[in-house]
Amino acid sequence: MNISVITFPGSNCDRDVITAAAEITGKQPTAVWHKDTDLGNPDLVIIPGGFSFGDYLRCGAIASKSPAMDEVIEHSLRGGMVMGICNGFQVLVETGLLPGALIRNKGLKFVCRDTNLKTHQHGKDIMAGFQDGEEMVIPVAHNEGQYFADDDTLKRIQDNGQIAFTYTPMGDETDYNPNGAALDIAGITSENGRVLGMMPHPERKMSDTVGGADGRRLLTAIIEASQS
Amino acid sequence: MKVMVSINLKPGVLDPQARAIENSLSSLGYTEVSGVSTGKQIILDLDETDESRARQKTAKMCETLLVNTVIENYDITIMDEDS
Repeated sequence: MNISVITFPGSNCDRDVITAAAEITGKQPTAVWHKDTDLGNPDLVIIPGGFSFGDYLRCGAIASKSPAMDEVIEHSLRGGMVMGICNGFQVLVETGLLPGALIRNKGLKFVCRDTNLKTHQHGKDIMAGFQDGEEMVIPVAHNEGQYFADDDTLKRIQDNGQIAFTYTPMGDETDYNPNGAALDIAGITSENGRVLGMMPHPERKMSDTVGGADGRRLLTAIIEASQS
Repeated sequence: MKVMVSINLKPGVLDPQARAIENSLSSLGYTEVSGVSTGKQIILDLDETDESRARQKTAKMCETLLVNTVIENYDITIMDEDS
């Protein structure tokens, strides 16, 4: 099982995700610098969170044009698995591998808190390890996490079953959507189901010591799906 | 040649910064303001003398990097040499 993690100037979750993936697989992932063009023949590429290139121009825009991302696009076009977390999700929408855009949070504030996620796909591709309607508590930490797409695109991704995770109330919670995302979207997949982008950070929920292990469950499912 | 790219959010895309400005103007008593939108300008120094080629090249840059056409519109203006 080969996992590659791309690091850009300003990435700050790369080491967390490398540690998390190594714990799950027992094998050290390959760290790839954004200027490198050798991804190391990965089964799964993870684009980590952070503030690549200082979020200049638009979040993820400059990173999406880096040499390593050209290779990630090639990897994806060959049917390879890709997961983008937070800034990684922003990078993936900027490459066009995922539809829509991530814009400033509706509440104008940086949001850092737990969210309750519900899964909407199961049995295929990168989401193969999930039951439909499974719930997991995973934290978000972002300023530009509001998923946006025009009505036609939203309808298309709904019809195609590309919505992977939505924010969902925990009990009688009312402000469960932390950023105003359209259709409460927290994560989506590509049309071929093999590229996943999500705003929440599963690598931050790896054990009860840090308040829960739902992130371990989530990452394990994605890694196992990438193996098959 | 200096070329200015003006980038604005498409109608319907939430512009929270503009909303905050509008609220602030309203609380200052500028009740005649009925809408605010924000955007950004990128000014390029192009090594190009032909206006239509400059526009063409700039449009390509916009589509490739400068603008996210999912959420933004852009407009290209050729600036006077001395501006």
